[in-house]
Amino acid sequence: MDNKTTNPKAWFFVLPVVVLVAFNAVIPLMTVVNYSVQETFGDNIFFWEGVKWFETVLNSERFHASLGRQLIFTSIILAIEVPLGVAIALTMPKKGVWVSVCLVLMAMPLLIPWNVVGAMWNIFALPDIGLLGHSINALGIDYNFTRQPFAAWFTTILMDVWHWTSLVVLLAYAGLRSIPDAYYQAAKIDGAKPWAVFRYIQLPKMKRVLTIAILLRFMDSFMIYTEPFVLTGGGPGNSTTFLSIDLVKVALGQFDLGPAAAMSLIYFLIVLLVSWVFYTLMMKDEDQ
Amino acid sequence: MSKISLTNVRHSYLTEPKTDADWALKEMSVDWSDGGAYALLGPSGCGKTTLLNIISGLLTPTEGEVWFGDEEVSEMPPDQRNIAQVFQFPVVYDTMTVYDNLAFPLRNRGLSEPEIDGKVREIADMLDLAETLMTRASGLTADGKQKISLGRGLVRSDVNVIMFDEPLTVIDPHLKWVLRSKLKELHQKIGTTMIYVTHDQTEALTFADQVVVMQEGEVVQIGTPVDLFERPQHTFVGHFIGSPGMNVLGCSVDQGQPVFGGAPVAMSKKIGAYDANARLEIGIRPEFISFADQGIPVQIEKISDAGRFSIVETRHGDDVIKLLVPDGGAFPSDQAFLTFDPDHTHVYANDWVVTRGAYG
Repeated sequence: MDNKTTNPKAWFFVLPVVVLVAFNAVIPLMTVVNYSVQETFGDNIFFWEGVKWFETVLNSERFHASLGRQLIFTSIILAIEVPLGVAIALTMPKKGVWVSVCLVLMAMPLLIPWNVVGAMWNIFALPDIGLLGHSINALGIDYNFTRQPFAAWFTTILMDVWHWTSLVVLLAYAGLRSIPDAYYQAAKIDGAKPWAVFRYIQLPKMKRVLTIAILLRFMDSFMIYTEPFVLTGGGPGNSTTFLSIDLVKVALGQFDLGPAAAMSLIYFLIVLLVSWVFYTLMMKDEDQ
Repeated sequence: MSKISLTNVRHSYLTEPKTDADWALKEMSVDWSDGGAYALLGPSGCGKTTLLNIISGLLTPTEGEVWFGDEEVSEMPPDQRNIAQVFQFPVVYDTMTVYDNLAFPLRNRGLSEPEIDGKVREIADMLDLAETLMTRASGLTADGKQKISLGRGLVRSDVNVIMFDEPLTVIDPHLKWVLRSKLKELHQKIGTTMIYVTHDQTEALTFADQVVVMQEGEVVQIGTPVDLFERPQHTFVGHFIGSPGMNVLGCSVDQGQPVFGGAPVAMSKKIGAYDANARLEIGIRPEFISFADQGIPVQIEKISDAGRFSIVETRHGDDVIKLLVPDGGAFPSDQAFLTFDPDHTHVYANDWVVTRGAYG
């Protein structure tokens, strides 16, 4: 259509949202950018440092270690929560009163505040009085998450799986419910085995919701802070010091504002890049 | 391939059906002969799809038996019954190519790849899908997808019956006709029994040799399109088939002769036995009424031009009588009289025909 009218005044309609985004995202981010390229000793006096802080962070072994821990943690979380969530969604009832019961039960963990989850699991896993910790020890396995790195990882992952698998379940369940009955009937007539039904009907139809689920779980777990902070405080040693815990230590513990700002930006760019690449790859076929 | 029989089949979706209305399908016995082209015709919610699902095995009837030839299959799941079904909305496996879609039912049955290849290409040619064979099925238009659904049934050589559940609902009007003739052509070529569910009389009458008309869970008539038109067994068939539908006029019977508007109506057939308290009606299609110099006096109320003929709405007392006048026919100016064709006038008692010899 060539007869479109162009009216520059239309830009005024977007102005409110530009202002809003500027105040809640761009301006705070600029402050961080500001700190990341300068050195300050307070009193609003700044010295230009260029990319020095970025070099420092990227070359620091400490950053490599916490980034490594973060990547391993997120990979494990996704590898457990996504298949488990899909499996639970597949076994949930399709109609009747049990649907609401299951949905409410599933939504429960999602309603609990992060630090409460941390505190809950801290007490639950205590080796002497916690139900979980005490039971494991009673089985003859030496378990103490405050002293053993493996036990700390095990508890943190278990806590995250408990807290967030529901999200995957709810999304996958919604995806499954949107498949018309005719697909299952056609598959039955075509003689498809349950695995083929899953592979060629359910999985393709869940693709969009699973993409969202994986993205949300990636971003959330990559930025996880409160729960491990309350549960293990990043310990024992540095064994559960994930990126954001480390970032807070650098920024508020050591008050190294320059490196902390550089680290924040690198952190942000990693999340952005991974999400973008993943989303683009998943949606590549959809446009056809 | 074999004859399909339903014996005293009845179905309810409730666990404890009590009243008549609880039955989605009232008791019926229907035979579908091998190689026939059937249409199941009726308004939405009349039980067509329920009946279809009972034949396909997606539903087990509450009562009665389903026979495929000499084998009772009432409890048998769909994949063992060797049936194929095309649904209202096209079902294709999105992630597969057209080829893999067509090969899917054969692969599930463990055929060898060379065998599958031959069969798939044969069917693809028949359905004009050969060119798109290697493209993703999700990219096709609705009619292409519907052809794939049909193709998945056709590739199998063991199919007893192919069932269509309103398959043209989502197809563009100008393609409906093309697909329908394709279907007819395929039926003549492969000779598999086909059952076609629809609420569109044109679809049913053009596709089928035998039309099964259903209403409120009940089969009201099974017959050829001509039977349904000339000898409706139930007033519903008269209403539902034909445009406009049959005129149904309250009447009484005096000495074996129907009386309408105080005057006897001539009929070439005799009236059979009926319940003394029954509600009696005359049924006559608009095609079989014409203007005359004397007969039933009426007022002309409305004339609508429908192309090759005009639909004339007339009034006699409280009754509205419609008739068709061919293009160029004259309309009486003031007082008009109607006559009914004695060969096509029927009498109905409680909606069922009682004119003897009216059926068959």
